[in-house]
Amino acid sequence: MRHIISILLENESGALSRVAGLFSARGYNIQSLTVAPTEDPSLSRMTLVTFGNDDVVEQITKQLNKLVDVVKVIDLSEAPHVERELLMIKVRATGKDREEMKRLADIFRGHIIDVTDSAYVIELTGTSNKLDSFIAAIDPVLILETVRSGVSGIGRGDRMLKV
Amino acid sequence: MSSNTAAMSGAEILVKCLQAENVDTIFGYPGGSVLHIYDELFKQDKIHHVLVRHEQAAVHAADAYSRSSQRVGVALVTSGPGLTNAVTGIATAYYDSIPLVVISGQVPTFYIGQDAFQECDAVGITRPCVKHNFLVKDVKDLAQTVKKAFHIARSGRPGPVLIDIPKDVTAHKTEFHYPDTINIRSYNPVHKGHQGQIKKAAHLLLEAKRPMIYSGGGVILSDAAEQLTKLTRYLGFPITNTLMGLGAYPATDQQFMGMPGMHGTYEANMAMQHCDVLLAVGARFDDRVIGNPEDFATHPRKIIHIDIDPSSISKRVKVDVPIVGNVPDVLDDLIKQLEAIGGKPDAAVAQWWETIAGWRARESLKYRTSPEKIMPQAVVEKLWEVTNGDAFVTSDVGQHQMFAAQYYKFDKPRRWINSGGLGTMGVGLPYAMGVRYANPGATVACVTGEASIQMCIQELSTFKQYSVPVKIINLNNGYLGMVRQWQEMFYDNRYSHSYMSSLPDFMKLAEAYGHVGMRIERPEDVGPALELAFSDKHKNDLVFMDFIIDPTANVFPMVSAGKGLTDMVLADDHL
Ligand SMILES: Cc1ncc(C[n+]2csc(CCOP(=O)(O)OP(=O)(O)O)c2C)c(N)n1
Ligand SMILES: [Mg+2]
Repeated sequence: MRHIISILLENESGALSRVAGLFSARGYNIQSLTVAPTEDPSLSRMTLVTFGNDDVVEQITKQLNKLVDVVKVIDLSEAPHVERELLMIKVRATGKDREEMKRLADIFRGHIIDVTDSAYVIELTGTSNKLDSFIAAIDPVLILETVRSGVSGIGRGDRMLKV
Repeated sequence: MSSNTAAMSGAEILVKCLQAENVDTIFGYPGGSVLHIYDELFKQDKIHHVLVRHEQAAVHAADAYSRSSQRVGVALVTSGPGLTNAVTGIATAYYDSIPLVVISGQVPTFYIGQDAFQECDAVGITRPCVKHNFLVKDVKDLAQTVKKAFHIARSGRPGPVLIDIPKDVTAHKTEFHYPDTINIRSYNPVHKGHQGQIKKAAHLLLEAKRPMIYSGGGVILSDAAEQLTKLTRYLGFPITNTLMGLGAYPATDQQFMGMPGMHGTYEANMAMQHCDVLLAVGARFDDRVIGNPEDFATHPRKIIHIDIDPSSISKRVKVDVPIVGNVPDVLDDLIKQLEAIGGKPDAAVAQWWETIAGWRARESLKYRTSPEKIMPQAVVEKLWEVTNGDAFVTSDVGQHQMFAAQYYKFDKPRRWINSGGLGTMGVGLPYAMGVRYANPGATVACVTGEASIQMCIQELSTFKQYSVPVKIINLNNGYLGMVRQWQEMFYDNRYSHSYMSSLPDFMKLAEAYGHVGMRIERPEDVGPALELAFSDKHKNDLVFMDFIIDPTANVFPMVSAGKGLTDMVLADDHL
């Protein structure tokens, strides 16, 4: 099962490697990991996507909580939440592909954020599934480069991860 | 609050912090990056520094200092190789949750990352084997960091904390102020257990027909032996202590079943497997204790698990009543609840004791005797007699360690000092040193093997320098005995590299270091030799006793790795 774990941690050097080290040492999967400071610069917020059965995920949250730099942990995917990921994809855009790429970006509500004679960079935000579908819709030979941010998520309504 | 308005150097501040923590002994080894610190140590006399011969031994000694007292052990090492040498010691302490503060020197801040002489990423190297670590980049953070380190090391589930201090930080000056208290928002260990859960546990215990109490190192670490003993006597239930938990309940008491697990007694393992209610206290169901978890789970039983660390609960075995809290607090509350309910244990428990008596009749610790050869078990039994069962016993790793655990009946906590989790050969001798410093005047015996002792043998020199009179019981079988035992059982007697030829003459070796050496080769000499070694004559001597033992002696009972707990090979199959 896929789980999205949100972690509030001290914004200190080394904190990130403690989390990453924990996952590799205990053999847990990390599918994606994003981290950045919050509005309170002393804290960072990390979103981590992992796979595992309930027992494994229970251990993951317990082990994360044990790290001294970790302030709070929640399993976002346990309750209503929204998640987004950012994709930037550079595609070949010459001849008839130029129009076709633009059309495809529009259908997925992406934006072309850089244009040269031969290529576009398209920006797209959405769930990971949506980004997968977009990539799948593009002829692979036209894809020059992709970069994804990894998932960020937030609980809906009153559900909050704050100190 | 300790405060001083005159600016002080980082080195001076560090020493003042250690004094504020009432540290009386530190074990260490100097080098370039800690010279300012050593200079400050030189100028004071409150903290006694013990100069070891290898940094690994410094950390082991600090570790045993802590294991044998309730205090935080402290070690000091230099950067680079000093720190890497210390890593085995740190990992050993980490696996047994021992509170330590290890201070390492680092190259100056402006050299970090430039591959400077004796630079190494101390924080990176130790990260997986410390509870927490710090790199202090600014002298203004130093006192606060030391306070945090001690707090983290000793609270919650204890563990080693490393403080890495660059040399320039020990030279920089600032005002010294040691905080009285510290609040770390991301770190709040629990104390009290959940009352509802404790009540549930009390009822479950009173309903049990085949109860069993299983306690581990957590009881020792949290100083809960008194509460555990009170509870066990109140209930009248059988109890087993793990390798890390020996001494939490008096081993000479009728209710004590011996150790469980791979080399546990027949009755302890049978009762662990066949009980209907298992009370696990400060223990973690590790593979050496319960064997194969699937096999363990095939017998239905209700499990109550008390532990300070939530991640220990339901990690390997699903439990029914988890109670997260500080063990002595939870046990106090549990006793109160039981008294409040006023119930008596189920009458069926008497029948359970009869079943247990049947298992005990197997006498699983009986061993082969010989008029010719010294049996290691007999040496440990004699040691127990000669020391009135009241010595501190340190050990290394191997057959001798298991013999010591099985045959020295520990009646008190913090008397049995060994590396359970990591299983580090070489700890025995430095452990004996640490114990003696934490317990001046105490009787200390190190039960070791001829291979293990050679992993930190250089410390004989430290013992001489500081006149530390411990007694070394070398159970010399000429083999990496535990390895040989596995090769005998699982590799068809192919003794691949488990035999050491060219052993030193340990008697002469001890003498070369300035100690008393003895070689004991005949069974009838065992008793007199031990009596002499522990007599007043050698009160102030380190005595190295080299017992030439039967090289074929094996440790029984034995549950093979990965097997079910009741799948035991017993000694009587081999007598
Ligand atoms: C540092 C280290 N290396 C290797 C081992 C694996 N090992 C476990 S027991 C053992 C043999 C120990 O021999 P000895 O100290 O003579 O004890 P004996 O089993 O003979 O009593 C070995 C090599 C270990 N535990 N620690
Ligand atoms: Mg040996």
